[in-house]
Amino acid sequence: MASQTVLQKLEILADAAKYDASCASSGTAKKNSLGGKGIGSTEGMGICHAYAPDGRCISLLKILLTNHCVFDCHYCVNRKSSNVARARFTPQEVVDLTLAFYRRNYIEGLFLSSGIVKSSNHTMEQIVEVARILREEHDFRGYIHLKTIPEADPEIVHQAGLYADRVSINVELPTDSGLTRLAPDKDARQIEGAMGKVKSDLVEAKDARKRFKHAPRFAPAGQSTQMIVGADAATDVDIVGKASRLYDNFRLRRVYYSAFSPIPDASAVLPLKRPPLIREHRLYQSDWLMRFYGYKPTDVMQATEADGNLPLDIDPKLAWALKFREAFPVDVNRASKEQLLRVPGLGVKAVGKILASRRHRALRLDDVALLTQSITKVRPFIVTVDWRPITLTDRADLRSLLAPKTEQLELFAA
Amino acid sequence: MTALQHVKLGTYYVVHLPEADDFDFWRERARALVQCDVPPDRIAWVEPGGSGDLFAHGERRMPVPPMDAKPVRANRRFVSLAKNAILHSDPERFALLYRLLWRLQSNPRMMEDKADPDVRRIEELDKNVRRDSHKMHAFVRFRLVESEDEEVGEHYVAWFEPEHHILRANAGFFMRRFSNMRWSILTPRGSLHWDTETMSEGPPAERHDAPGGDPMENLWRTYYASIFNPARLKIGAMLKEMPKKYWKNMPEAALIPDLIAGAQGREAKMVEKGALEFEERPDTLAAIDKAIHGCRKCPIGQLDNHAVMGEGPQDAALMIVGEQPGDQEDQTGRPFVGPAGQLLDAHLEKVGIDRRAAYVTNAVKHFKYVQRGKRRLHQNPGAKEIDTCRWWIESEREIVKPKLVLAMGASAARSVLGKTVSISRVRGAPIALENGSELWVTAHPSYLLRLEGPAREEQARLFDADLAAVRQRLEELA
Repeated sequence: MASQTVLQKLEILADAAKYDASCASSGTAKKNSLGGKGIGSTEGMGICHAYAPDGRCISLLKILLTNHCVFDCHYCVNRKSSNVARARFTPQEVVDLTLAFYRRNYIEGLFLSSGIVKSSNHTMEQIVEVARILREEHDFRGYIHLKTIPEADPEIVHQAGLYADRVSINVELPTDSGLTRLAPDKDARQIEGAMGKVKSDLVEAKDARKRFKHAPRFAPAGQSTQMIVGADAATDVDIVGKASRLYDNFRLRRVYYSAFSPIPDASAVLPLKRPPLIREHRLYQSDWLMRFYGYKPTDVMQATEADGNLPLDIDPKLAWALKFREAFPVDVNRASKEQLLRVPGLGVKAVGKILASRRHRALRLDDVALLTQSITKVRPFIVTVDWRPITLTDRADLRSLLAPKTEQLELFAA
Repeated sequence: MTALQHVKLGTYYVVHLPEADDFDFWRERARALVQCDVPPDRIAWVEPGGSGDLFAHGERRMPVPPMDAKPVRANRRFVSLAKNAILHSDPERFALLYRLLWRLQSNPRMMEDKADPDVRRIEELDKNVRRDSHKMHAFVRFRLVESEDEEVGEHYVAWFEPEHHILRANAGFFMRRFSNMRWSILTPRGSLHWDTETMSEGPPAERHDAPGGDPMENLWRTYYASIFNPARLKIGAMLKEMPKKYWKNMPEAALIPDLIAGAQGREAKMVEKGALEFEERPDTLAAIDKAIHGCRKCPIGQLDNHAVMGEGPQDAALMIVGEQPGDQEDQTGRPFVGPAGQLLDAHLEKVGIDRRAAYVTNAVKHFKYVQRGKRRLHQNPGAKEIDTCRWWIESEREIVKPKLVLAMGASAARSVLGKTVSISRVRGAPIALENGSELWVTAHPSYLLRLEGPAREEQARLFDADLAAVRQRLEELA
């Protein structure tokens, strides 16, 4: 095969990386390039430098070092038995590309992953080498996210954490049986073992920095993971349960959900259909409820329907409220913050504004309308000075009244 | 400079600001006006280029606050919002800020009243300005200008059109990020230049002052097109965060219409190419038999051949899986009747396994071959073909529910396990399967046929040993 140009490699290796959902560049330690030799800064908030027509943010140069892989995971476009075009970057090529993009303000940094070539250790060493050149030779102070390989030597993974802002290991599938079936070369225990090791490295580094100002940082933006939704038979109850266990056990910053989407040259054992994007969205909403609204995993599970999945036509918060109608209506002038956060249609910001404003005035329905996105959604669940939803909360058809009226039309429907 | 004088009741004041974003100037004037008790409706604030005809005859000289004037009160929340809101392009912003400052004197906690129209407005201005700044951090695109002069080196220049007066306020962000790079940001409201040591301001610029392209943009566009997943089109989400007004200065945005137009076609092609629209799983062996005869889901099914169904009792405890039918199996329509089948029968009889009590089938249901003259030469099925055919073998396993599956050869093992294993490594011990049954792996009898002499004897011995172990295990399971 004639040698490929960087452009051809980029085409293949960016295409191969697009099934990873995360592109976050936020939540890391603040740094800038003043007084340094290189470039780069991170100021807390992530920046999305562009958006693709799939609605996803492009914040990092997200590529694979190579899409050659000795593993044969059925859901993955890069699996050994797939016929996709293959390419391989040298670490220096990735470094040059990252810096060239960064100087033109296209990106916040690099998100590097890789197929497994030769061995897990060899691959992990190559990934770490890219980060090392960026940090040490070019004094690069932008964001680096490294995907780590659970089968690799913990010492090399530790090295990755010293250079990177964030490290991540994908759990891939919500159930162990799904993993055995679809990723026969991977081992759930090994994945969780590696996440546990990263967690203890994080705790240790944090502890060391409390005592020694110059102790090295270890992945200041923490670790995250990704689960594929819709490739196996796992229900939303399984997925939410797994996610909350992961949050608890490994102190993850984020669990990303990725709706399984058709891939070129797919394996025969997978459902090849349109990705369940709404289901993915509902799972993210439930994730939000647990992280910012004080819902427990059991609350979210109670919002699911008989088949163990969250309803698709309404959001999980509304689903919960419709099941626990005795908790409503809530008086916006008196209720606690926790109670207000359970009202469908009231976000964290709106609740904050209500709590601040009610010290100055007794809130009327019109006042609440100014503080929220949609008063019609909120109205059945609240009491204000001039409003009480007399029979509304008891109506059997409340769900149909509140669910979005029409199906979203297919953009290119024939 | 305007001279100060004592306040006159009922006077209208006009304040001209030197710069549109000069917060310190506004604060100093506003403080004095509050101390002189000048109500908001008696002041006109005029920014450079703005019109001041409202109070054409207004007093331009500032009043002098009385010696005993109370200090002006403003809380931290107000100041932080005001510093941002003053960058907004709304000409009414100065008046709004003054009105809020005025009202804060009698109600120091009014900023908490989120339902108040003035509070809501300043928060809105602040939000717009923060968003504009954020978009500037995101969407500025530098282009490299290489100088002939070695001393000067590389210079990165960007053209950007902010909506509000945010240029100066964001100089620090770009300085901290690109501190060792020579760069300029040109806008219609002014320009910034950083030479790695000092920042300087320049006059308003025009688009053609900035370079028209950069070779790196080709790579960036390639990246943008490749990272987009056509199966997840969400145009609304993109437009919300990257409104069209920014597109004209972003090299990648030109691709968007084509990416969108091609997306559904690309997705449909992927789904169709996979072409795996298996309907409901068949629930009888007869249904599988019927279905595999019509199966064209992989290239093998399109050759001139016949599907060969497994055979044996539906409640067999043992399922034997081979690779695929051969020439004779294809002609007779029965599994394991050719040379390899005869060898298998001999070995089964030797170790005492009754073939008639076992369910015998193949990983792949059709004969894969290449034509050489009159002969059809056997070809190994590919991993993808085996995976495609897994649908059928899984359906058979679900109906027969064998306690033990014996896979002969790597293809058979792959069709049960979903991955390729090395026979020599896994033979001789059971592998637990998901549904509670177990898998034993051994060589395919046709492998023995290809060997000669001592090598064949050695392999035959191993094959017998595997079969004997299976027989013993079957007795334990019975």
